[in-house]
Amino acid sequence: MSKYNLTHLRELEAESIYVIREVFAQFENPGILFSGGKDSIVVTHLAKKAFAPARIPFPLVHIDTGHNFPETIAFRDNLVAELGVNLVIGSVQESIDEGRVQEERGKDASRNWLQITTLLDTVERKRFDALIGGARRDEEKARAKERFFSHRDDFGQWDPKNQRPELWNLFNGKHHSGEHFRVFPISNWTEMDIWQYILLEQIQIPSLYIAHEREVVWRNNTWLPKSEFLELRPGEEIVNKKVRFRTLGDITITGGIESTADTLEKIVGEVSAARQTERGNRADDKRSDTSMEDRKKEGYF
Amino acid sequence: MTTESTQPNNYLDMELLRFTTAGSVDDGKSTLIGRLLYDSKSIFEDQLDSVENTSKKRGLEHIDLSLLTDGLKDEREQGITIDVAYRYFATPRRKFIIADTPGHIQYTRNMVTGASTANLALILIDARKGVVEQTCRHSFIASLLQIPHIIVCINKMDLVDYDEKVFEEIREEYEQFAAKLDVKDIRFVPISALKGDNVVNKSQNMSWYEGATLLYTLETIHIGSDYNHIDCRFPVQTVIRPHSDKHHDYRGYAGRIAGGIFKPGDEVMAMPSGLTSRIESIDSPVGKVEEAFAPMSVTLTLEDDIDISRGDMIVRTNNSAEPTQDIEVMLCWFNQSGPMSRAKYTIMHTSNEAKAIIKEIYYKVDINTLHRLEEDKDIKMNDISRVKLRTTKPLLVDSYRKNRSTGSIILIDDTSHETVAAGMII
Repeated sequence: MSKYNLTHLRELEAESIYVIREVFAQFENPGILFSGGKDSIVVTHLAKKAFAPARIPFPLVHIDTGHNFPETIAFRDNLVAELGVNLVIGSVQESIDEGRVQEERGKDASRNWLQITTLLDTVERKRFDALIGGARRDEEKARAKERFFSHRDDFGQWDPKNQRPELWNLFNGKHHSGEHFRVFPISNWTEMDIWQYILLEQIQIPSLYIAHEREVVWRNNTWLPKSEFLELRPGEEIVNKKVRFRTLGDITITGGIESTADTLEKIVGEVSAARQTERGNRADDKRSDTSMEDRKKEGYF
Repeated sequence: MTTESTQPNNYLDMELLRFTTAGSVDDGKSTLIGRLLYDSKSIFEDQLDSVENTSKKRGLEHIDLSLLTDGLKDEREQGITIDVAYRYFATPRRKFIIADTPGHIQYTRNMVTGASTANLALILIDARKGVVEQTCRHSFIASLLQIPHIIVCINKMDLVDYDEKVFEEIREEYEQFAAKLDVKDIRFVPISALKGDNVVNKSQNMSWYEGATLLYTLETIHIGSDYNHIDCRFPVQTVIRPHSDKHHDYRGYAGRIAGGIFKPGDEVMAMPSGLTSRIESIDSPVGKVEEAFAPMSVTLTLEDDIDISRGDMIVRTNNSAEPTQDIEVMLCWFNQSGPMSRAKYTIMHTSNEAKAIIKEIYYKVDINTLHRLEEDKDIKMNDISRVKLRTTKPLLVDSYRKNRSTGSIILIDDTSHETVAAGMII
């Protein structure tokens, strides 16, 4: 490789930092959507680099379903303190208490769809005109069509057939009042890139990603963690397994895989050998073939 | 940077190659992409299962790999790619980003979008048909968007008995046409995407072909000099001022280098003010560096406190972009409704913006034949035309040929805020 050529990780990093700085320059009131998952951690890490030695000039925004892994919340609070940024919490429980949404019923009920209302209410309440998210195009086929700067109308909705073309690195963030943008700086990263970068930069991540002993139950082809929200069904039993999580969502819908990968190096090895997509263990994506596209149109992350 | 070499990670020397493909339903494009993804193990079992199920539901006998790239509900229902789809795969040598676009003339704007960030274009030719209208169109777009490398894949060689003569004839035909283009590096590979000949593995059926396979070419083609490393251009995105006790006097100019190589100590000039200073330090994502080049995102600090803000450009004292209000461009129109006469648009150029009108339309280009249509000046969606723009303030432009970043613009409608056109500066 010649001297004036970047490695793929450094080129992706440069692209993402450019996009994050562009958000700062083009919008009045942006925020970073922070779930505590590895992708939003990497986005936050990139934002820190984008503005160093100054602080990240946006708050972190957490849409809290109340169904969290305790480890995620502890991690979030530490990071916020370390970065010296504000934290905005949109609470799904509050949306339920205020009667804005109703809890799902039935066998595989979750709070996944409910987050949409809470998220859009938070956008309105805090007058965000741009929210930076950690979605990647390789994750899911509807996300493969997503722009870096993705327009949302004043109902917070996405119109996939009427997206603004994006050429070179000219990003058009013009909007009317009441509309907002979702911005995805790591669009071009793959799961493998994320892990290689976490390893390269030695980024702190929640312990959940690393293989650990945990009480779990086998359901829907995955190991669901024991929690106060989990009700055992006939024939199910709690067992102790060494697992790790490839993605982090709600504790009620995020399944783990059996794994012995207890270091970042081993995780990179495991990811490169994996034959299933990382979202394969997410019940929210399994509802139908187009469940991601449907949720995104309504205003999902 | 020393920590990087001590990491136990095999992937740290990988480069990134972005390429674009365009094609219609039956020319084997999806099969080829499917094969590259499949053979590089970038398709996962659950994705393959899902595609297999859908193929069966539709009564297809084979697995339709185009279902992998068609992401939106409407696309899968209609069986066509409407938008640009981005696909990713990696080999131990390189990471690849494919911008996969539809090939019909009504999707010219999508092809232009996909081509705008590509280092390389893959052009597919059906060996039974030779050079057709679509071949010319895709090649012209690649040339117009200054994609440095073209690989022409002469596909379906299995259907012409792997005949060397067919390959040579098509190659000659293409070379004659390509003489009109502005592309430095064109290569030809005879393949069968369906059977796998010369895609990843060397074909046993074409011993007469002595060149490299498609994947090997993609992995090794030299892309180091695709950026302009001569003319220094640093469009300022934003100014970083920490206002903290520790960094009280810090004032950094943040941006992405568009061209040239910057070093601490270099004498530089801020445009449009023309004020000069020297680079004090360059802060990069890996800390302070001794040189910085495109496409790095860095923060420059200068020895003197001069007034610089977003939209300004830092250049070398003896080599600046040209400030001008009259900009000649090749314009691709993106919007359903064509330009209104005397309409004002917002023009975005690097980190700068202004208002602009289309002052003159010289001609439209027939993108199948490259003929100039001097009589037809009625610009519609997907049209490519040569125009003159007049801006409300001078912009610091280079020709697109010299620099893809400082030589490109977009036009935005001030009412709908839609991006209505993209232009390459002549």
